[in-house]
Amino acid sequence: MKRRSLAHLFLMPLALLFVAPLVWMVLTAFMPDADINTYPPKLWPEHFTLTGFERILTDDEYPLWLANTVVVAGSAVLGHVVLCSLAGYGFARIEFRGRGLAFAAVMATIMVPAQVLMIPTFLLFKNMELIDTLGAAIVPWLASAFGVFLMRQFFLSLPKELEEAAVIDGCSRLGVFFRVVLPLARPALATLVVFTLLGAWNDLIWPLIAISSESRYTLQLGLATFAGARHTEWSALMAGNVVAVLPLVAAFVLAQRHFVATMSFSGLKG
Amino acid sequence: MTALAARVGTHQARRRRWVPQLTGWGFVLPATLVIVGLSLFPAVWALLLSLRDGDLLTGGEYVGLQNYRDMLGDAALAAAAGHTLVYTVLFVPGSVVLGLALALALNLKIRLIGFYRTCFFVPYVVSAAATGILANFVFDPDSGIVNAGLKALGLPPMAFLQDPGQAMLTLVVISLWGGVGMPAVVYLAALQDIPRELIEAARVDGGSGRHVLHHVVLPQLRPATVFLVIWQTITALQLFDLVYTTTKGQPLDSTTTIVFYLYRQAFQLFHSGYGTAIAYVLFLVTLAVSGAVLWRSAR
Repeated sequence: MKRRSLAHLFLMPLALLFVAPLVWMVLTAFMPDADINTYPPKLWPEHFTLTGFERILTDDEYPLWLANTVVVAGSAVLGHVVLCSLAGYGFARIEFRGRGLAFAAVMATIMVPAQVLMIPTFLLFKNMELIDTLGAAIVPWLASAFGVFLMRQFFLSLPKELEEAAVIDGCSRLGVFFRVVLPLARPALATLVVFTLLGAWNDLIWPLIAISSESRYTLQLGLATFAGARHTEWSALMAGNVVAVLPLVAAFVLAQRHFVATMSFSGLKG
Repeated sequence: MTALAARVGTHQARRRRWVPQLTGWGFVLPATLVIVGLSLFPAVWALLLSLRDGDLLTGGEYVGLQNYRDMLGDAALAAAAGHTLVYTVLFVPGSVVLGLALALALNLKIRLIGFYRTCFFVPYVVSAAATGILANFVFDPDSGIVNAGLKALGLPPMAFLQDPGQAMLTLVVISLWGGVGMPAVVYLAALQDIPRELIEAARVDGGSGRHVLHHVVLPQLRPATVFLVIWQTITALQLFDLVYTTTKGQPLDSTTTIVFYLYRQAFQLFHSGYGTAIAYVLFLVTLAVSGAVLWRSAR
């Protein structure tokens, strides 16, 4: 009993400290700028207003940035789910010549940091005339070594008998994969989707390098660029922040029960 | 007849040999091409670029190790390395220790556990751009809530991100806010994996809470700690996004980190050869640090 109340005593104030800035961000988004610019700042919206949200929805560029981000993050998630689970299954279950070498090559890329790749990838995409297109933002997010590893670990943990029964019934490899294996992989896929969404949706440095036209900006790039320029329009900035953060919070809350489980089978926690 | 049967037989045998090969490659090839093509190939290219004085438009001349030698005399780079080191030394132990404390408390069977877990993890999903805007708002020296709070407590206001002496510390605090959810979740998963019998046995043997923590729980968490120290160190050495969205390296370059400096060299001053050389040295330092942590933990 004593330990538990001690834990609450430690956790409660800290937890409030952690959510307070986010709660305040949401409240500020509903305040008129006149109330935000007073000192000391108001904590609660006395004059509840939607002007911040109206402002970003009728903006020339903000809705475009949101759409670009949805396209980039959506392609990243789709690419990861299809390519990484196919590869994870291939590496886990099918014996073919060169499998060890291919898997080692994929895993070796985990060690190479993004900074080393930034400049040559920029030059490569420039030669392919991909720079300043959404394609440049999308292609590096189509698959990742982490995704392949995560899915392979999951498929290794599945009992083989399930698939063998389907093969005996005359199902092809691809049929087994889509009808038997993939539906069972839902917890691993949930984790993969959340991590990919987190990375692609929030990415800043790569769009910053790869995209220069404002109409092709992603949300994060637009936010980062115009935070200074629109400094006085705090309600619009905070409304923009709320829209930028909400999908990920929702995805995390929906998928969070899968996290701890996935971390244990992937061996991430050692 | 038998010849035909034999031929059909070898045909089938060949088919049987080739089908799994092609199926296997069919499954793994698309992902492998994307990953290896956009990683190992550019990594080798980057090494060649770092030996030239290229400028993003032209390849430039081959200059051998000149870019690497230039780094030795670059005072701004040394300053950026120093800022990154200060940040790493504060952020890595801070986030790991706080994450452990949170996980130990969250591992008790208490009420509101889901609420707590969400509170500590949600800042982790908030992007650096959104965090940066929020931080500029909250830590504004004139109108920010933090200074309003300090004033209410009778304390003098501070400049935070606008004071060269405080800016890096403020960034560490913001990063801890956003980054502690990860170690907390990893430790929580590891704690739930410790066999109950192990802890109960230590209790029965008369071990106090602290004794059990030191001699049973912490050793069991060792692999998680090694992973987290390496992971958070890599994260800290690569700090960029938060700097870009808050201080842009200012005031007085006090928050210019290595990656921010690298970005400026390569994409604003177009010194791509020099930029890749810096990236390669950062890569080697990261490998060395990870190796040292692994080596120490293996002993």
